[in-house]
Order: sequence, then C-alpha cells, then structure tokens
Amino acid sequence: MSPQEMIEKALDLSTADDVVVIVDERSSANLRFAGNTLTTNGVSRSAQLTVISIAGRGVGVVSRAAVRPEQLADIVAAADHAAEDAPPSEDARPLVEGSRCDDWDLPAEPTSIGVFGAFAPALGEAFARAETGGRKLYGFAEHIVTTTFVGTSTGARLRHTQPTGRLELNAKSPDMKRSAWTGAATRDFTDVDVAALDASLAQRLEWAKNRIDLPAGRYETLLPPTAVADLMIYMYWTAGARDALEGRTVFAKPGGGTRVGETLSPLPIRLYSDPAAPGIACAPAVVAHTSGRQSSVFDNALPLTSTDWITDGTLASLIQTRHSAELTGLPVTPAIDNLILEGAGDGRSLEEMIASTERGLLLTCLWYIREVDPQSLLLTGLTRDGVYLVENGKVVGEVNNFRFNESPVDLLGRLTEVGAAEQTLPREWNDYFTRTVMPALRVPDFNMSTVSQAS
Amino acid sequence: MRQIDPDFLALPMRRLADAALQRARDLGAEHADFRLERVRAETLRLSDASLEGSIDADDLGYAVRVVKNGTWGFASGIDLTPEAAVRVAEQAVEVAVVSAAVNREPIELAPEPVHSDATWVSAYDVDPFEVPLRDKVALLAEWSDRLLRDPRVDHVQASLQQVKEQKFYADTAGTSTTQQRVRLHPELEVMKSADGRFETMRTLAPPVGRGYEYLTGTAWDFPGELARLPELLEEKLRAPSVEAGRYDLVVDPSNLWLTIHESVGHATELDRALGYEAAYAGTSFATFDQLGKLVYGSQVMNVVGDRTTEHGLSTIGYDDEGVATRRFDIVSGGVLTGYQLDRRMARLKDLGPSNGCAFADSPGNMPIQRMANVSLLPAPDGPTTEGLISGVERGIYVVGDKSWSIDMQRYNFQFTGQRFYRIENGRLAGQVRDVAYQATTTDFWQSMAAVGGPQTYVLGGAFNCGKGQPGQVAPVSHGCPSALFRNVRILNTLQESGK
Repeated sequence: MSPQEMIEKALDLSTADDVVVIVDERSSANLRFAGNTLTTNGVSRSAQLTVISIAGRGVGVVSRAAVRPEQLADIVAAADHAAEDAPPSEDARPLVEGSRCDDWDLPAEPTSIGVFGAFAPALGEAFARAETGGRKLYGFAEHIVTTTFVGTSTGARLRHTQPTGRLELNAKSPDMKRSAWTGAATRDFTDVDVAALDASLAQRLEWAKNRIDLPAGRYETLLPPTAVADLMIYMYWTAGARDALEGRTVFAKPGGGTRVGETLSPLPIRLYSDPAAPGIACAPAVVAHTSGRQSSVFDNALPLTSTDWITDGTLASLIQTRHSAELTGLPVTPAIDNLILEGAGDGRSLEEMIASTERGLLLTCLWYIREVDPQSLLLTGLTRDGVYLVENGKVVGEVNNFRFNESPVDLLGRLTEVGAAEQTLPREWNDYFTRTVMPALRVPDFNMSTVSQAS
Repeated sequence: MRQIDPDFLALPMRRLADAALQRARDLGAEHADFRLERVRAETLRLSDASLEGSIDADDLGYAVRVVKNGTWGFASGIDLTPEAAVRVAEQAVEVAVVSAAVNREPIELAPEPVHSDATWVSAYDVDPFEVPLRDKVALLAEWSDRLLRDPRVDHVQASLQQVKEQKFYADTAGTSTTQQRVRLHPELEVMKSADGRFETMRTLAPPVGRGYEYLTGTAWDFPGELARLPELLEEKLRAPSVEAGRYDLVVDPSNLWLTIHESVGHATELDRALGYEAAYAGTSFATFDQLGKLVYGSQVMNVVGDRTTEHGLSTIGYDDEGVATRRFDIVSGGVLTGYQLDRRMARLKDLGPSNGCAFADSPGNMPIQRMANVSLLPAPDGPTTEGLISGVERGIYVVGDKSWSIDMQRYNFQFTGQRFYRIENGRLAGQVRDVAYQATTTDFWQSMAAVGGPQTYVLGGAFNCGKGQPGQVAPVSHGCPSALFRNVRILNTLQESGK
C-alpha cells in the first residue's frame, strides 16, 4: 500500500471528529571513518505512520513503524479511542483548511549507498594523501532522504521531500596532539570537495605546529560561522513564546510579557528563517507529530513563510503556535527548519576579519554546549579542534582549548563586527539541525572561563 | 516473573533470521548477525496539570550485519518476509564490498560461547503499556494539582517516558537470544518567579528499569518528595548567591551519578580511548597504554561496569552481539583496571572475551560499544551523608543534577545541580544559588577523601546518553554513594554571565 493510499484509508477508517495522518518514509546511507580507514557504514530504511485523532478537544496520537495493511484499522481505532479517552487539550483549534499539493501522487524518494558514488573514491584518495602527509582523517558522511506525506480530514494533502546530507572531516597529527575540523552541509554530495576540505585542514595543522599557552580570561574572539550556528540554534530553540510568557526564559520581560520589540543588538543584524531559502530549503508547512511547548498538532498543514526573529537588532518574533499567539497577542510564527543570520551589507570574509585583527583568538568550533542558567541563557561549552592566536593580522600559532561561559543573547549585544554570511554546518547540533547560513562574528570580550587540557 | 509478549514471539523472527543468515553465508560473509527489534515508547507531558501532548510510538524492523573480506557491512529493513530479509542481507554484503575500498583494518571479533535459544526478561511487575493513558494522565495531573495549590509554586511541568524494548538476535555461530525489558522516567518540575527572577526545582526520582509500580509506591516515595518541593523552591528563590572560590564538596548520589557518567563512564569506553569516536564525541585521557597504571582517583575509588544490575537501565541478559553480560572492574583502589568492550574492541587489544557492552538503539542502527551501568562502590562500613557533612568545616552539599558539560578528552568538566547547601562547621546552613563546580577529572577523583556507606547508595541514571554517528541514544544507570571531595573550584554563574 502506498503512503497516499494508507493515508486515505486511515482517514476513511477514523470515526473521530477530525483526523491528521502523517507518513514519514525515510532512507539513509552513511560512512564512518577513523585513522584513515573505514570503521562502520550502513544503509537503512524506515516508514512511520502517525494517526492523530481529535474527539472534541481530546487528542490521541498513535505512531507505528512498518505498518502492514491489515494493521491499519487497529491503529486508527487505537488513536480514536485515545482521543475519546483524553482530557481536553488547551491548544485545541479547528484544523487548518487545506488543499492537495501538485506532487501528492508521486512516490517517496529514497537514497542509497550510491549517493557516495563519487564521494567515496575521493575520500579514499584523501586517506592516501593524508597517510603520506602525516595526517589521520576521522569523520562521518551521511545522507538522509525523508519524504513526508500529510493528510487531514479538512482536505490537506501535502508531500515534502527533504534531503539532508552532512560531512564531518577531522584531521589529526599522528600523536593526536594537533587537530583540525571542518564540515559541509549538502543536499546530494555532488558539491562536496573533499580534496579542498582536506587541504584546508592540512593548513590548520601547520598553524598548530607553533603552540602558545594562554590563561583563562576574556579575549577578543573571532567566532567562525559554524560556532555562530551552534549558538544561534540554541537561542532559537529557547525562543518559544509560551515559555517566555510564563517567565521561563531569557525572552521573558521582568514583570510579565515577552521581550518582543526590545533591542538585543546595537548592530542591525537580521535572524530569520525561510522555507524557500536557496540551498537550505525545508518544509513549507507545519508538520507536528505531537503537541509540545512550541508545536501543536492542530496547526498541521499551516503554511510557513519567511519569518524574522530579529530585525535590525530588535527581537521581532518568538516561536508561536496558534494557541500561544492568542495568549501573547502576537502573530502566529511557527518554527521553521532553517536559520539565517545576516549583518547589514555584505560583510567581510573571515580571512579579511583575521587580517584586520590586532590581537585576538580565532576559534574553529564549539562543543558540549549546555545551558547553565535559563534566565540569562548562560551556556557553557568548550573550544575544540583548533584555537588560534591572531596577531597583527596573521595567525601565529595554536592556543590551548578553553571552557567558555557565555550567553548568545548577551553576546549579540556586544558584537563589534558581523562578517559575510555563508552556508555552514553546525558542529554540535548537526544531528538535529543542519540548514544554516551564518556569518563570522567578532566579540571583543568572549568569556574563556578555564583552560581545558584536551587536545 | 514477566514473560516475553506473545505478539512479539509471533513475529516471523526465526524465518527471517534463517533466510538472511543463509544468504550472507552464501555470499561469503565470514560473520553475520540478524537482529529483529521492536521499541515501543510512550511519552506524556502535562503543563500546569493539563495534558500538553502525548505520543504512543513504536519502531519495528530488523538489521543484518556482516563481516565480508574483513569489512563491516550493515543494512536494515522493515518488510517482514524472508524474501525481503534476503535482500537486506544482500545489501549488507554490498555495503561491505563497496566499503572495502576504504578499509585498511580487518575486522575480527573476540570469541564468545554459543548461547542457544536463550531468553531474558527484566525485573518488573506492571507493564506500563497495560495501564490506560487516562490513568497515567490522571496521576500526573493529581500530583501537579497538589503542587499548584501551593502559593509558593507558579507553574508545574510533568512528564512520563515509558519504553518497552524487545529484541531477537541470531548469528552464524549459532547463538540466538530473545529478550524484553521495560523502563520509565517520571519527572515533575516546579517553577516560581519573584523580584524579576525565577527558579525551578525538579524531582530527584531517577529513571529506572522497573514497571508502573514505580509510580505507585515501589522504590520511591513520590508523595513525600512532591510535598517537599514548594518549600525547597521557595528557599532556593530567596537563597544568597554563592561566593566563588574553593570549597569541600559533599556530593549526593542524585548529582554524582552524572559526574561518574561523564568523567568515568565515557572516559573508559575502549572505542573512545582508541580514537574511534575521535571526530565526534572525542577520545579519552585514559589511553590504553595507561591500563593498570593510571591513578584515576584516590584509593577509596572503586568503579565497576555491570550490565546485570537489577533494575539498571543498561541491564540485559545478552548484548547486541550475543555476548552474556557480566560485572567487571574499571577502577580499583583508584587505578584504571579495565575498559568497556564490544567484541571488536576486545579482539583488537587481545583482552579476551567482550564484557557485553554492544548496543544499538533501534533496528536501523548498527551496534556500537555503549556504556554498562558504571557505578562507584560504597565503603562497606562507610558513613552516612550526615557523617560526611560533619567532617567539613567550610563546604557545599550538592543535590540533584542539572547542567553538565565535559571536554572531548574528558578532562575539564562543569556541573550544576538542583540545589546547593552551605556547610559550616559540619552542619548544613541553608541553600545558596548560582553555583557550578568545575574541575579536571583526575584532580577531582584524586580529591575524593571518603565515600559513604551502602545506606547512602542510590542508582541514578539517564534515558538518553548520546553517542556515535549516526547518533544513537542509550539508557544507562549509575549507582553511587554520597562522597566527600576536598578543595573543589566553585563558580558563581551570575558572575560568569558578566552580571
């Protein structure tokens, strides 16, 4: 039974007042490597059916994998029964009226190990080059294609195919003391230049041959796009309007309400999401498998459009369901699966920013980022795979790693420069969030709380 | 004792396994294993006593893993027919063949006795999936209502996660195992704001490998703990900010389990120590050349790995490579004496048999070396927590976990907690706030002056330890007593944020 047939059948079988049926067809292929050799690899496929039944204001959600046609009636009945048995949901709203998208009838689009057809040999060549160049390569390449079908009893028939590819490439010296990392987000691996990435890592390992020990303290710091992505993603995840309204987050206004409308940065930065953004396109409608603090099953199929979270340095929106929008009196602005940060104008390249730095640190990436204090959104974490000292416009050597304690919201208020935005792969969060366009940032006083011995 | 559910046993597991393994043999695989797995998970979340969201989900499928020409090949599928299982086996072999071009290190596995038709079920009384959703929501709502009636509480978040994991494993050596286990994690958090600040306080009840009886009086006093939360929250909200500096710490098991997880559990995974996690989670300072030599901690530090601990989250009879699980030493008298292993890692370093630490979190993922229940042993005649506190002139008593972070070689860590009490002249002197403790792993464990007795021992744990690429989550418990650490660095997190 095709996903579309399964959805129509489930919609027919349900006796609930309303119903949403979601099918996620997912396939993936991956290669993992360490020390210039492959370690693990694999391909997998999964299919998940989610039935969301609505009885009055009650909701029942049942999700099952690998559903056979003869199981469908039982699954729908279980969801219907759960809805009848459920207490009223406070986010209950009429389902969105929808229509059938043009490509509804097309089948799911799978991936396979063949996606690495050109990439794998290039990787093998990089292993050979690394071996002769005295480097060891570690990393992971993954390609996932998820086709999501959404059908609702109010007429929506939506289909979205999301390819997600990522490469993490890490080079180390044979004694493991020097390390450099780079990553790439891709839709199909045809645009990943392994040789160029490997060459950039070789350059960084050369920089690291001169070792400089620095103490903890506040340093002028150049945060590259990948590090900025990790900080902005965490901030975005905590930008739920309901949590702010209840006073639980950094976006809560003391005394009540949210900080929407408040200036967060003296620079005219823009942080936004756009489902149609070139290269990082994502689902153009809400797909919610369950309700939560930042999502509502009743909002399924709600169209998504470009949404500014910060405009000209001012907090413009928080993540809203229709329910939270009523509570806050602000527009409905659901979460979107990409994130873009831009300064005014084009901004300088990271190389140009280095060239204009008198003395400062250049980071590679951040790691093990965790929330210390939700009130200020103080985050802790560590630098990793290369912290370099820049003096008089040039990288002069590698510095020890640090633990940092910083709030991304506070940091936006202290920026002194925003570089050119480019597509980047977050380091810490790329398991969950890969579609970002970010600039490098200059921060005059980044808080390096302690030295980390890790190399 | 519970039995494995008949509907799982009714799945055509042996037919699929026979078909897949035979095909792998025919295609020349040196080793092949088959794993059919169903993971059912239900999550409920309530906000201020109202159901915010719930989902009842399962993941069903199977995996074939092969070693062909010394290279791994892995594939998974969802169609429960022998023909489809054969195709998945062919895919796994194909992946191995394609991958062999970039493999320079032949795969060999440590030997393991054959375990034929073995079965194992975890220790629980009431299957949480047999309890109606309405009853579970009603219990959490009643608890939430009770808290909301207290003027010292503004909001209550409640959640309950329940998992039932069923696995069938078979390999070309002749081992076959069928296993079932359940686990659940209830959590309630209260929140209050005043004077432009807010604070939260969460229950300390750990996630457990038990059934629904855990919520109704077995092994934890939920009504008693909930009754104390408003007062604890109020005290935290009005507590003074900590003065940064160096203090002696008495760390409660509700906090120490996570420090053990991060600074001992992950650091003693042999795959990490050998660099196989280097690009992602990282390596370890506890490198293989230091086995038997590294002074990890003080002489009172004894740590074991154990996948047989009753009600442990990582507890199971046989791991995902068909290895019988057991208890083993990791740190003895403060010295590194063992690693956590899977069959590949054990063979790589000629360490004898694996100690049963292979685990895959779903049928779509390949087993990797995951953490056993890694636990710090109490002193047989050790003191109570109060006894430890009485030996501290100026210190802090740390209770409950919150924020955690450690570097990629497991040296530098920073932890916060649910609540922190000043210790003055051997007595608790009220809560302080804005506290984090920061140390280097070996400095910290070498500063451990005393561990509490068995009466202080608690099995804590987590549902969702992340590792590997593609990312996998694993449940794991850590038991520990209260313990005393001397001269540890305390940060004031308000000052860290520049306020």
